[in-house]
Amino acid sequence: MPEQTVIEAVRETMQAEMRRDDSIILLGEDVGSRGGVFLASDGLIDEFGENRVIDTPLAESSICGVALGTAVNGMRPIAEIQFADFVWPAINQLVGEASKVRYGTGGAKTAPMTVRIPYGGGVRGGLYHSQSIEVLFAHTPGLSVVAPATPYDAKGLLASAIRSDDPVIVLEHKRTYRLVKGDVPTEEYTIPIGKAEIKRPGTDLTIFTYGLMLHYALQAAEMATAAEIDVEVLDLRTLRPLDEDAIAESASRTGKALIVQEDTPAVSISSEVAAIIGERCFFDLDGPITRLGPPEIPPMPFSPLQEAAFMPSPEKILAAITKLAEI
Amino acid sequence: MVFNVELPHVGESVTEAVIGKWLKAPGDQIEKYDPLVEVITDKVNMDVPSPASGTITKIIAQEGETVLMGAVIAEMETADGEVSAAETSEPAASEASPSLSAGRIGTLVQGANVGPTGGEFVDTSLTSTKSTASTANLGDSVGSSSRQRGFSPVVTRLAAQHSVELSSLVGTGLGGRVTKKDVLAAVEAGGAGLVSASDQDVSGSEQVIDPTPIRRMIANHMVKSVMEIPHAWSAVEVDVTGMVAWHKANRSGFETRHGVRLTYLPITLAVVASSLKANPRLNSTWLDGKIVLKKAINVGVAVAAEEGLVVPVIHFAADSSIVELAGELDGVVMRARSGSMTLEDVQGGTFTLNNTGALGSIWGGAIINHPQAAILTTEAIVKRPVVVSDGETDSVVVRSMMNICLSFDHRIVDGAEASEFLQSVKSGLEAINLDSELE
Repeated sequence: MPEQTVIEAVRETMQAEMRRDDSIILLGEDVGSRGGVFLASDGLIDEFGENRVIDTPLAESSICGVALGTAVNGMRPIAEIQFADFVWPAINQLVGEASKVRYGTGGAKTAPMTVRIPYGGGVRGGLYHSQSIEVLFAHTPGLSVVAPATPYDAKGLLASAIRSDDPVIVLEHKRTYRLVKGDVPTEEYTIPIGKAEIKRPGTDLTIFTYGLMLHYALQAAEMATAAEIDVEVLDLRTLRPLDEDAIAESASRTGKALIVQEDTPAVSISSEVAAIIGERCFFDLDGPITRLGPPEIPPMPFSPLQEAAFMPSPEKILAAITKLAEI
Repeated sequence: MVFNVELPHVGESVTEAVIGKWLKAPGDQIEKYDPLVEVITDKVNMDVPSPASGTITKIIAQEGETVLMGAVIAEMETADGEVSAAETSEPAASEASPSLSAGRIGTLVQGANVGPTGGEFVDTSLTSTKSTASTANLGDSVGSSSRQRGFSPVVTRLAAQHSVELSSLVGTGLGGRVTKKDVLAAVEAGGAGLVSASDQDVSGSEQVIDPTPIRRMIANHMVKSVMEIPHAWSAVEVDVTGMVAWHKANRSGFETRHGVRLTYLPITLAVVASSLKANPRLNSTWLDGKIVLKKAINVGVAVAAEEGLVVPVIHFAADSSIVELAGELDGVVMRARSGSMTLEDVQGGTFTLNNTGALGSIWGGAIINHPQAAILTTEAIVKRPVVVSDGETDSVVVRSMMNICLSFDHRIVDGAEASEFLQSVKSGLEAINLDSELE
């Protein structure tokens, strides 16, 4: 099984899907001749031509508006937002319009569109290249939001997103693009949207996390074995709809929940996971539902030291694990 | 206005108490400071005075119930102007699959370039661990304020499901909290914690007794000591022929002169106290990984009272004469037997002396009175043939012999120090003879 980085898995998945289905088009800033700012679409314009790989103006509302228009008219667009930080002008097209197509038309129309958005920090991107924007979309009924953290999941979830008849936001953590390398089968496969996965089984407590933090959580779990703490790590993978059954099952089994995220915690994915656990697992809990995230400041500092202070790290996660395990 | 009656904090290391008898019922009038309820702690029984004048409206903690210090045990209606402690103080802190291949999860590329276009990246995130900023949101409820506010939901549920008596479990969690694992371990062991005996059919050949609150307290205390303290034991035999002779010769005169009973206990107590002064390690406690030496030498004396074992404390024993010790012992033992001890009587013990010899015992391996460092038993004085050496000559003579047995916390002292202490007590007792001036 070939080993790939996340960015390679994304590129090859788009390529394979576009070969499979002629209605799939790609559009975004620099996705054509430049091959994408992260080189996610490198070489695709050579194979599929300018009509299917479209360089757009620097206007996110236009990118998503065009994607929505083509989607309701029978195509399967993949829109790329260069950085999550730039998605705000397209909120109306995504939250205000795309999410409502199926419901608003009584099911007569659907919007089978995929929006790929590189997000997240730890890349010294400062205020405008580091943001976590998942909550805005995850709050919106009518949208699905996936956040794969591994090359394997990136392929399976991107394929599912492209094949979905409803809009899917695909959040790719830009720090993982070239940091995470893993096995990706050559043959096509999909991973169902809405299914979490236990990446590391354990008995003493569960870490619920996603994105880059998955890898930090796995490192912290490994470090915790020195103190004989057996940590389970559950990768949410899909942020909407959350896999409530998997979350409740794991929290009930271990009795202790630590939710780790890079996004600021107030009114966030971790709030929702905590609520699910509180609602469904009350009589199985043996400790306070605990959250670890950055401080509540506008992300993210540019100074490397401040950025490191802002981001959760394996060491910080380990400290939280130890504290919760000792209770 | 409604006034919450809280269980007052009654003394050091007392965290909970069992409600004994309510002296007032709902509807009763009560004056401030009048006795309201009897409570039983692991140290003493006491009457809790009413914190205000008014009418009792509700009894919240029932007789036999174990409650934490500070918990609301009753409500009363007071005239305006009486302010409930609960209202004036700050609000209390919130009460409190399948395994995957590594390849599927992926591995991290060291020094990977991750800038937008693959530019060089310097990772600082893994090297900075000192920041506290990012843990600011780590649930505050994990902090110290929430500990020991009761049992967690899963602990309560499992206890009900498996009929586990939670109050009999020793918690391994923070601050002694009973954890899910503790309950599951009790179920697994099928032992102490299970209350199944009283629930299930008991054949005619067995009788099930519900322990009294004080019996349960003693049980918990013993379990805690044995669980936490690695006990080690040592014993020596002491020739107390001289002490017996002195006691016999001086007893009636002593009692006439001072008006208190003279037993062997004040004599051994004086010797033990001075030996503790010379061996301060035995007068200490193991606390959070440190040894805390106690300056005061307060010797607890185990007394078999009607309801069970109680341990009144003789404070500053090393500074008292035998006359004073005899007087204090007399008073405190009487109060212990009549169940009228005060908190002062049972607090602050740093070492325990147990005269098991009074019951005819000749050897014992006592359980340390947690959190002290050691406990000494004085065993029965028996006349035995003993080989005595006088220069070159050995002869067999009849002597009054007594064993003294020490149980000590092996975290704090080793056998050498324990033996030094025992030898000190032994020589102190053997030095007593008819000519001694002990008064």
